[in-house]
Amino acid sequence: MEILVCVKRVPDTSENEIEINSDGNDIERDDLVYSVNEWDNYAVEEAIQIVDKVGGSVTVVTVGDDESEEVLRREMAMGADNGLLLTDDAFEGSDGKGIATILKGAVEKGNYDLIFTGAQADEGAAQVGGMLAAMLDYPYASLVSLIEPGDGKLKVGREIEGGNQEMNEIELPCVLSIQTGINEPRYVGIRGIRKVASVEIPELGAGDLGVDAGAIGADAAKVKRVDYFVPDLGEGAEMLEGSTEEIIEKLIEYLKAKGGLK
Amino acid sequence: MADVYAYIKHADGVAEDSALELIVAAKKIAPDAPVTAVVTGTGADLDKVCNEMAATYNAVWKIDNAALAYPNAEVIRKALVNILPGDSVVLLPHDTFGMDLGPGLSIKMDSTFVADIVDIEGVDGGTLKVVRQEFSGMASAHVTCDISSGAVLNVRPGVNQPDESKTGGGAVEDKSGDAGDLSTKRTFLEVVEAEAGDVDITKSEVLVSVGRGIEDEDNVEMVFDLAKAMGADVSCSRPIVDAKWLEKSRQVGTSGQTVKPKVYLALGISGSFQHLGGIKGNAFIVAVNKNLKAPIFQVADVGVEADILEFIPELTEAIEGL
Repeated sequence: MEILVCVKRVPDTSENEIEINSDGNDIERDDLVYSVNEWDNYAVEEAIQIVDKVGGSVTVVTVGDDESEEVLRREMAMGADNGLLLTDDAFEGSDGKGIATILKGAVEKGNYDLIFTGAQADEGAAQVGGMLAAMLDYPYASLVSLIEPGDGKLKVGREIEGGNQEMNEIELPCVLSIQTGINEPRYVGIRGIRKVASVEIPELGAGDLGVDAGAIGADAAKVKRVDYFVPDLGEGAEMLEGSTEEIIEKLIEYLKAKGGLK
Repeated sequence: MADVYAYIKHADGVAEDSALELIVAAKKIAPDAPVTAVVTGTGADLDKVCNEMAATYNAVWKIDNAALAYPNAEVIRKALVNILPGDSVVLLPHDTFGMDLGPGLSIKMDSTFVADIVDIEGVDGGTLKVVRQEFSGMASAHVTCDISSGAVLNVRPGVNQPDESKTGGGAVEDKSGDAGDLSTKRTFLEVVEAEAGDVDITKSEVLVSVGRGIEDEDNVEMVFDLAKAMGADVSCSRPIVDAKWLEKSRQVGTSGQTVKPKVYLALGISGSFQHLGGIKGNAFIVAVNKNLKAPIFQVADVGVEADILEFIPELTEAIEGL
């Protein structure tokens, strides 16, 4: 099974407090800790486990700049066989459809049976996988939390509301978006990173991928972010202030009053 | 302005809450335009939902086909592409179904896709302005999208108050004959129900709920100690289940359990909309988090800015000493 996993370098929201910059056109990016999108780690782990079972190879791909190479290396340290960096000035400002268009170029350069994305990334849109599948005319399933490989097809479980799982049979080649919790991604140590530090990662641009320049980048984007802002959310929570003892005293009064202590 | 359509999710002959929310979203986009409900399925249940929707929407398009008995997004996409005009504005709920359907539908209709819309500011010419959230809800953004050649818009459930006015006055039109070929390469097999756990948190009056802020499996024990002191049950957010530190039956959220406690103590939980979607009723929410930007503080009644690893043992001790 030849598997392509699409990954993204994102600000790590569990490590950072996200602040909007003074112009309101971006978040404060100085001192941000970046990492690979959490969902993508599960996707790479799943791909490695499938290849361990049935053979084949795992390729990780990202659209980005030189800094994005580090997330490819991290995923290769996990056990992905190949990395592929899609980079070109023309890619800048692409919306979700533009990114899917670029990835489609990469899919068509290879011979993949199975394509994974994370279920969502930093923009919370959960869109690139479904778009990519439709562009390729491949079947698609989102929020996948179980995969059983079969002959020319897979049995996949989708996570749906209420903790239930929707089981489907899907033909190969297909695109799946992978949900967290599907597996336990392996730990990557410094030694693993060192082992892949000098592996060459091919870079492909718009010309190499045969991507129409009119379909990507800021000019082609029909969805544009105007600004970031702090919403007026009314009062929000009443923040308890004071020393820890004072806060706990006030909190206990609230809990008593609202029936929170038995 | 192109025609506006809302896809109606339903089960067992009853429309989901999103059905009455999407009409509100549609009116924010096109206040004077008629809005059509699109309902797919089969048999008597489908007819029941169509008739119910005719009270709310200006028109109802019914698509009856045995292949649509279960809402498989791949099958529904084919039906919608065959039936809807090319420049349609289509509204979907941004849930596990809308995420499955929306992106691919927009490609096949050659239209614009916007995910997880939390507010709609209006349309100027062919440009729609909406509000979205990024970075786990820690930043809000205004987003414009060109809807002049159609759009698929996924609207977050729960952000629009349902329209109960029943002033649609629509008639049901049978569009089943236009559905076309519905064969797909993804076949629905079955729904596997969630396993029941040792505690039924949907019945709990007081929940002590723990999230990513607990940092390590060994620290989970202190949450049980606090819950014991309070006479509460322990629940959690998704990352704790992903890490296998607690069982799935304790997860609060749209992909877990829906709870209705009197008091909900959220410890180190950032408060994604999927998590908050699992808290119903009129819970008194207390949030303890070291990150003031965490969205949980927007919905909590009382907040404490603190590291839960330090705060929990002190709170437990104080309650035990009462």
